[in-house]
Amino acid sequence: MASPTLTSTPHPAAEPTPPGASRAKDRGMDRGFRYLSIASGVLILLVLAAVAAFLVVRALPALKAGDAISQDVGWIGAGQSLWTVIGPLVFGTVLAAIAALAMAVPVAIGIALFISHYAPRRLANGLGYLVDLLAAIPSVVYGLWGVMVLAPVLQPVWDFLVRWLGWIPLFAGDSNGNASNPPRVLLTAALVLAVMILPIITAVSREVFLQTPRLHEEAALALGATRWELVRMAVLPFARSGIVSAAMLGLGRALGETMAVLMVLSPGMLYSFKLLVASQQQTIAANIAAKFADANAMGVSALIATGLALFVITLVVNMAARAIVARRKDFSGAN
Amino acid sequence: MSQRIDAKDLNIYYGSFLAVAGVNMSIAPRSVTALIGPSGCGKSTFLRTLNRMHEVIPGARVQGTVEIDGVDLYGAGVDPVAVRRQVGMVFQRPNPFPTMSIAENVLAGVRLNNKRINKSDANELVEASLRGANLWNEVKDRLDRPGSGLSGGQQQRLCIARAIAVRPQVLLMDEPCSALDPISTLAVEDLIAELKSEYTIVIVTHNMQQAARVSDRTGFFNLEATGKPGRLIEIDETATIFSSPREQATEDYISGRFG
Ligand SMILES: Nc1ncnc2c1ncn2[C@@H]1O[C@H](COP(=O)(O)OP(=O)(O)OP(=O)(O)O)[C@@H](O)[C@H]1O
Ligand SMILES: [Mg+2]
Repeated sequence: MASPTLTSTPHPAAEPTPPGASRAKDRGMDRGFRYLSIASGVLILLVLAAVAAFLVVRALPALKAGDAISQDVGWIGAGQSLWTVIGPLVFGTVLAAIAALAMAVPVAIGIALFISHYAPRRLANGLGYLVDLLAAIPSVVYGLWGVMVLAPVLQPVWDFLVRWLGWIPLFAGDSNGNASNPPRVLLTAALVLAVMILPIITAVSREVFLQTPRLHEEAALALGATRWELVRMAVLPFARSGIVSAAMLGLGRALGETMAVLMVLSPGMLYSFKLLVASQQQTIAANIAAKFADANAMGVSALIATGLALFVITLVVNMAARAIVARRKDFSGAN
Repeated sequence: MSQRIDAKDLNIYYGSFLAVAGVNMSIAPRSVTALIGPSGCGKSTFLRTLNRMHEVIPGARVQGTVEIDGVDLYGAGVDPVAVRRQVGMVFQRPNPFPTMSIAENVLAGVRLNNKRINKSDANELVEASLRGANLWNEVKDRLDRPGSGLSGGQQQRLCIARAIAVRPQVLLMDEPCSALDPISTLAVEDLIAELKSEYTIVIVTHNMQQAARVSDRTGFFNLEATGKPGRLIEIDETATIFSSPREQATEDYISGRFG
């Protein structure tokens, strides 16, 4: 007799079959699924490895060229190597993504909480649908909107920030002590990015909040928790790892987003924290899009090298997220 | 301070479904009242109306009044949050907060009620509450470990500790011992006997011996038929209910001749 496995439950057959036969069939299915999942896991690894290999191989010429690269590639200054541009590009990419995340995550959590725990059900459904719709807008449209609608509106706001918060390095003004006009600055680009990543963060957080066990919500309520205390006691702690995942999904999109940044941001190659001054930073993705069309062989190689850097950043971000989620596993409620 | 509870003409609904009908019940301060009856007759439902936990279920509502010391819980201007801070509850299934440590779990309600509590007071309260729930010796070395790492019975006692840490006026218990071994059960019963000197306690139980052991009065709920609302058939001194109940249904139920 086949010993029963955890996953196989002999289902009632219409005609009587010997139980052994049905078990054997189930085990066949079981094995089939196992191979299928192993195969897809391996496939994903292979694709990742292939992408990494492609990036490394195509980037090698530029990485090995040293100072000579500046003769072939126009956007690398005379006498500079690839590293002197990758550094600021990585910096700009990460800065833009973090700024976007800093604006998007609190708003997304707020909206998600409102939908899951505050709004009457009908309103909640409508609102959730609306937020999901935001995800369907193409990024070119976001870029246009950023340049034509958002930027003019933001100009006075950025001026205000420079005037009153200019002593914070992030909000420092240009040499005249003003915010750049037109505001094709990193914070404008980051705000557009924030709107773009809002739907995914909201949607994931909302699902996580809705999955708070009823048992724990009732525990909090029965202790006399107000709605907000209920959220703090039972919902947010339970959702922590889900929120981190949601933020990482958003971060991934913000890191790789091209069009919106390309259209909004006036680029620069500095290690500059000035979010309100134009021509300071540039992101990797926007730089590739801007330079790829008329790049020669060495230029393409240099761009691919920056792409490799983006790949590594994304990988590191994901691993960091996993580490954060794992650190408090004991307390996660999963056990 | 313990207080008396009076439920008058209470009808309890889930949406349009009338789950419990026409309950009239008076509960004296500093007494233990046991509620017994077959599964699905509305004991939990009734219990949850006593701290307004019933209404957190969408569509759930209540007709009639529940007075605690003469104040109608369902009156206009009564804040359900304030009600729940005075009327503690222990649920059928243990529900410690998995993201909190054992000590934090005990203090969870206190932190809500008066945010500030200094460290030594907090430690004292944790110890006193855990001792009260007969859990101290098992967890004193791992107070900072998650509450979800305890056994089911330990979790339930942790929930009792959490409920008594806020010194409520009334303590509602919904089959608090259904996940406990006989020793923990006895400990909880002793605990109930102690708590009775300060609190008004209402306990739902399927265990007749337990009802007989811990309670002063016993109420029997029953269903006439499935789909019909549950009703309070009779409530009386526990001794009377178990020796000479007025109603035939009660007699049938406690003598095991039910259904
Ligand atoms: N959330 C709910 N929504 C709709 N109906 C419910 C809900 N909870 C309980 N009911 C119904 O209300 C009636 C009373 O249920 P209740 O849980 O109060 O019974 P009980 O006496 O506590 O039973 P048990 O002894 O099994 O715990 C049952 O018919 C049940 O199906
Ligand atoms: Mg029940």
